Amino acid sequence: MKVAITSTGDSLESTIDQRFGRCAYFVIYDIESKAIEFIPNPNKDAEEGAGPASVQLVASRNVSKIVSGEFGMKIKSLLDSLKIQMIVLKEPEKKIREIIEMLNHLNLNNSKA
Amino acid sequence: MTPRIKIIRKVSDPPVVKGFNPYGLELGNQKLEPINLFYEEYEAIRLSDYDMLNHYQASVMMGVSRPTFTRIYASALQKIAKAFVEGRQISIEGGKVYFDSDWYHCKKCGCYFNNPEKENSVINCPLCGNQQIDKFDYENNKTDTINKACYDMCICPECGFEQEHQFGQPCSTQICQKCNSFMKRKGSKNCRNFKNQ
Repeated sequence: MKVAITSTGDSLESTIDQRFGRCAYFVIYDIESKAIEFIPNPNKDAEEGAGPASVQLVASRNVSKIVSGEFGMKIKSLLDSLKIQMIVLKEPEKKIREIIEMLNHLNLNNSKA
Repeated sequence: MTPRIKIIRKVSDPPVVKGFNPYGLELGNQKLEPINLFYEEYEAIRLSDYDMLNHYQASVMMGVSRPTFTRIYASALQKIAKAFVEGRQISIEGGKVYFDSDWYHCKKCGCYFNNPEKENSVINCPLCGNQQIDKFDYENNKTDTINKACYDMCICPECGFEQEHQFGQPCSTQICQKCNSFMKRKGSKNCRNFKNQ
């Protein structure tokens, strides 16, 4: 299962980006293989339609969850139809490493049960 | 020229059946193609004839304009009429729709999340795995944030007494605590006509 996280930079120490469509980087994290991929967001400075374009980019990587600080008004209908889960985390100080650790921990608990 | 892109329609719940079958058909008529009723057409019938909403209310529920809703509804009636008269099957599938998802709130890590797969109910927070989750009413919370975002002040036009404006309560119904006259919004047209200035 893959999870996308919006990030302000391209390292594990960067914090979560509070915007979805115009975030600096997407982190695609594969929970099973623990592979991490940083994708610079081409829609960072888009005038309009950054959200739907970002949805397309993220959906093309087959993610099933997206973690971000805020989602725009056009996003929910698109993600609902693609059956991608949105997770809103309103903690701007949270680091990518911490979120990945949380996801790992969850995966470990699930495989035990 | 490509046609204008259709707005994706919101359907609150998938229908309980996949379709309908006629019975007692005459022989020879049995190999007719089924009628395909779209999810949005099913939703239009449900909202306007089962929930008894008018077309405007129903269009808001589906996230489309009122004329678009009326077109969807008209096409639904036409398809159902055709199925009845010609004795065809109705299969409910397809259409440009999404199924609305609910929001949840995790008490431990403070995150909000939705559940796009209605068939499986949520037990754990998708981030920290905690089981203390609440259903979260998005619409009600919206007014809460507006409430906090309103930093206007009410001002008394008689004595200049100021107090914080309460969202949803018109200033003209508020009474000044000092001189018992009606308040006005600070910065509005008539608020500076103090007697003592």
